[in-house]
Amino acid sequence: MNTVKKLLGYVWMLMAPALICFLVYQAVEKISAASEIQRANVALQWVIILLVFTPICVGFFIFGKYASANEYAHLPESSNEIE
Amino acid sequence: MIQEKKQSGIAFVIGASSVGTLIEWYDFYIFGMLATIISKQFFPADAGTAALLSTLAIFAAGFIVRPFGALVFGRLGDLIGRKHTFLLTLVIMGGSTFAIGLVPGYATIGWAAPILVLILRLLQGLALGGEYGGAATYVAEHAPKGQRGFWTSWIQTTATLGLFLALGVIIFIRSSQGVEKFSAEWGGWRYPFWISLLLVGVSILIRMRMSESPMFSKLKTEGKTSVNPLKESFGHKGNFKMVLLALFGAVMGQGVVWYTGQFYAQSFIETVCKVEFIQSRNLMLWAILMATPCFVLFGWLSDKVGRKWIMLIGMLAAVLTYRPIYKQFLSLTNAKNRIEKIDLSKTTVSEPKVVTDAKEATKIYVIQTFDTAYTDGAHFKYIKTDTLHLTAAYDANLKIDALNPSLVVSKSVKPNVVIEKTMDDATYWNLIWLVFIQIVYVTMVYGPIAAFLVEMFPTKIRYTSMSLPYHIGNGVFGGLVPFLGTLIVEFTKSPESPMGDALAGLWYPIGVASVCLIIGVFYLSNKIDKNVMD
Repeated sequence: MNTVKKLLGYVWMLMAPALICFLVYQAVEKISAASEIQRANVALQWVIILLVFTPICVGFFIFGKYASANEYAHLPESSNEIE
Repeated sequence: MIQEKKQSGIAFVIGASSVGTLIEWYDFYIFGMLATIISKQFFPADAGTAALLSTLAIFAAGFIVRPFGALVFGRLGDLIGRKHTFLLTLVIMGGSTFAIGLVPGYATIGWAAPILVLILRLLQGLALGGEYGGAATYVAEHAPKGQRGFWTSWIQTTATLGLFLALGVIIFIRSSQGVEKFSAEWGGWRYPFWISLLLVGVSILIRMRMSESPMFSKLKTEGKTSVNPLKESFGHKGNFKMVLLALFGAVMGQGVVWYTGQFYAQSFIETVCKVEFIQSRNLMLWAILMATPCFVLFGWLSDKVGRKWIMLIGMLAAVLTYRPIYKQFLSLTNAKNRIEKIDLSKTTVSEPKVVTDAKEATKIYVIQTFDTAYTDGAHFKYIKTDTLHLTAAYDANLKIDALNPSLVVSKSVKPNVVIEKTMDDATYWNLIWLVFIQIVYVTMVYGPIAAFLVEMFPTKIRYTSMSLPYHIGNGVFGGLVPFLGTLIVEFTKSPESPMGDALAGLWYPIGVASVCLIIGVFYLSNKIDKNVMD
């Protein structure tokens, strides 16, 4: 099980930047395809999406890093193990 | 005797916490419930879908700031105590909700209207970000051993009941006022916002009587409270990795399942299936009412079998059945499936009604209603509006049929058609069951989650640590379901397919829930933490 957790950790680490790239690509494509009147509105929507999801993707990358380092092989059973 | 006293004590704790939390959810949800009217009131009249999207964006902004509220008030809750912190959030929430009901429309103050609404919506989001974690922590820290899932599940019902209350109040006011009065600039749609002040006042009085959480009081007496909850929660790797696990392995999936089942479903039934306003909300009310006891059932069950698998089975069921369920929504409400059943004796076409534009006297709207009745009792109403530009002002005494065609400069190529479908009893109940199934998934993922989160973190930083993943999962991943769902459907529209793929919006919740499910299966523990005093 720990090997699967570790391997999946690498998947999460790859998925995080891939998601950011996908969102940036989508943003550029949709903003450039929008009409003149709609462009500001579409750009605002995508700025919100990017601002919100980029830090989450960074968090997801860190999660993957911890997982690949087997940090989740044993979960704490008391608060003393966390602190 | 002591046992009885303990039970009545915890019942008061649950009651007092739940009433306040329920009212906060009510405040938060009336905005979403009234999104269509708000988009008309606070944005230019000709903005169309852009106005709706902008309203949904403001609605989503309230969700996006929730994690910041979690940080601000979570920190306060771990520093000064649970009780005073969630009293403060209640006051902010009530005040900003009441104020939204006072903002004049776009027609009166222009762009200041949506800006003011956005600011107040952000305040609502901040307050809610501080409220839930406090209430869940407070109740969990009072709960007897072995019953944490059961008692915290009552707090879990408040979000759904807040939605129920919001729907009920809106339906009541709209039914008693009529559509026109309700939708006017200072019409009945504002009353649900004003009512909030009264509800919050009552809740504050109840909460003033509450005492501080026993665990937090003990820590305070011993001088063991956290000095810097933010640093201890997110600066220490041991705790931060649990925050990430809570978010990606449980709460993000729970968030999308919650908002798909209770928000996206309603929005889909109203705007895609075109079910009539009151009927679409009534069917939500029935489904919510029938499914709500399942929160307590799954909370109780999680004390017996563990939290993990109940939540993950709920997520799996959602991933596998969302598309078939929504396909069924479309099929049940599709006119093409009813052609055989048209009741010609009750099918009517109204006389065309002419309305002159308020600003341009030479611009008129010709409105005609086609009411198609079906033998099973369903009624589909099509309201067609043609826009005509004339060479001179329209003479109100003239019938539209007698209008000289040479006076018409131009006519809209594509008339605006509004469809309102009133379903027959059998279809109505089928729709209710389909929503009910989705809300049962919600109860599975949401019922045990407060106990699950409380058990993950130490008492002294619990409020901060559990609030952040909860509000990113629910506020950001979940809260964005209606906005991103609508946006994804917009992407699939093309000149060849002007309606796009109505089911495409579901890929967002399905994708998020799938990733969360995999992480949950492999990384989460099913063990119940018996001692949360540490």
